[in-house]
Amino acid sequence: MSREKQQGRREFLKTSAAAAAVTIAPGVMLHTLSADAAPRTEPVTDKVRWGMLIDANKCADGCTECVAACDKENGLDLVDMPEGADPSLWERQRPRWIRQVKLKDNLSGRITNLPMMCQHCEEPPCVDVCPTGASFRRADGIVMVDRHICIGCRYCMMACPYKARSFIHAEVAEKLTHTPRGKGCVESCNFCVQRLDNGESTTACQEACKHQAIVFGDLNDPDSAVSQALKKYPSVQIRADLKLNTGVRYSNI
Amino acid sequence: MTRKSVIMFLAASIAGLFISLVSAQAGEAVEGTAKADKLEQCVEPTPVMRRNHFEFIQHQRDLTVHEGIRGSKYSLAGCVDCHARKDAAGKAVPVNAEGQFCDGCHDYAAVSLKCFECHRTVPGEK
Repeated sequence: MSREKQQGRREFLKTSAAAAAVTIAPGVMLHTLSADAAPRTEPVTDKVRWGMLIDANKCADGCTECVAACDKENGLDLVDMPEGADPSLWERQRPRWIRQVKLKDNLSGRITNLPMMCQHCEEPPCVDVCPTGASFRRADGIVMVDRHICIGCRYCMMACPYKARSFIHAEVAEKLTHTPRGKGCVESCNFCVQRLDNGESTTACQEACKHQAIVFGDLNDPDSAVSQALKKYPSVQIRADLKLNTGVRYSNI
Repeated sequence: MTRKSVIMFLAASIAGLFISLVSAQAGEAVEGTAKADKLEQCVEPTPVMRRNHFEFIQHQRDLTVHEGIRGSKYSLAGCVDCHARKDAAGKAVPVNAEGQFCDGCHDYAAVSLKCFECHRTVPGEK
């Protein structure tokens, strides 16, 4: 066999392996792919829009797995109550990226549970009101706070229809490398951006949900698990009347 | 007081001083325990780093936060990872602790450092 021919075969194998990886990517092979993931070196683009579908029917009453996983991943469990603070006030004001919401239909008595976090709107009100540009929407649809320029005015907290943002009231002694946190800044769910930027494709809450109530993925990719699920099941945006085009959708509420 | 008892007293007080010195040493950084201590140079030659390190990480922070680029050559996490020393017990000492890598220079140059109000001061948890 000539040398060129060998080369050709090698190239063919390389490209076909790459193609296989791409077709397998949405859905099943997500975890395997993330094993050899590398940190991102190119800017994010709007080719991807990250989004989520949450099935409220599968979300079990009393389960706190997603909140616990979020707290651990993002170092929220390291934030202690400031000394001398009122415990009930602390419970209401402590930083939380996922809130557990319980809905009760007064007529039928049916109870629905759902996790509520930043909805990653296409037209985010928090970004509209931010006076410094700290609140911004990344090209791939993630709404974030650049804490380097956040002045802690909390306009965004007022503007958010989903009560998704938290404020850090006191200095934080212990923090994680990938989640810096300091007194006087606002923060909220960022779809575990450090995972996505390092080539992973799951969020901590999705991974932790034993009931498979959360599907996460690329809304722009028609073959992704989340797009497929959105196509298959009826879903709603919360406060759809605001026309924010949220990245987080719910079914069965 | 006999001569013997004087010697005993002196010996005891010297031993006491030594012990207190040693106990003060615990928790303090041991030289040569940072990764950087074993390297020839940083991500750029030392004079360049001395003059421009803040420029490097200030540009990098915007690229990371807004564009998601985390594989860049310059990063504050990289500074901390490499320059944090360990104490005698093998526990990392914060880079901004008194006399440590960041504080040593910034204190001398009277530059107040804001990075570590939010950022972690010891190498990553993973």
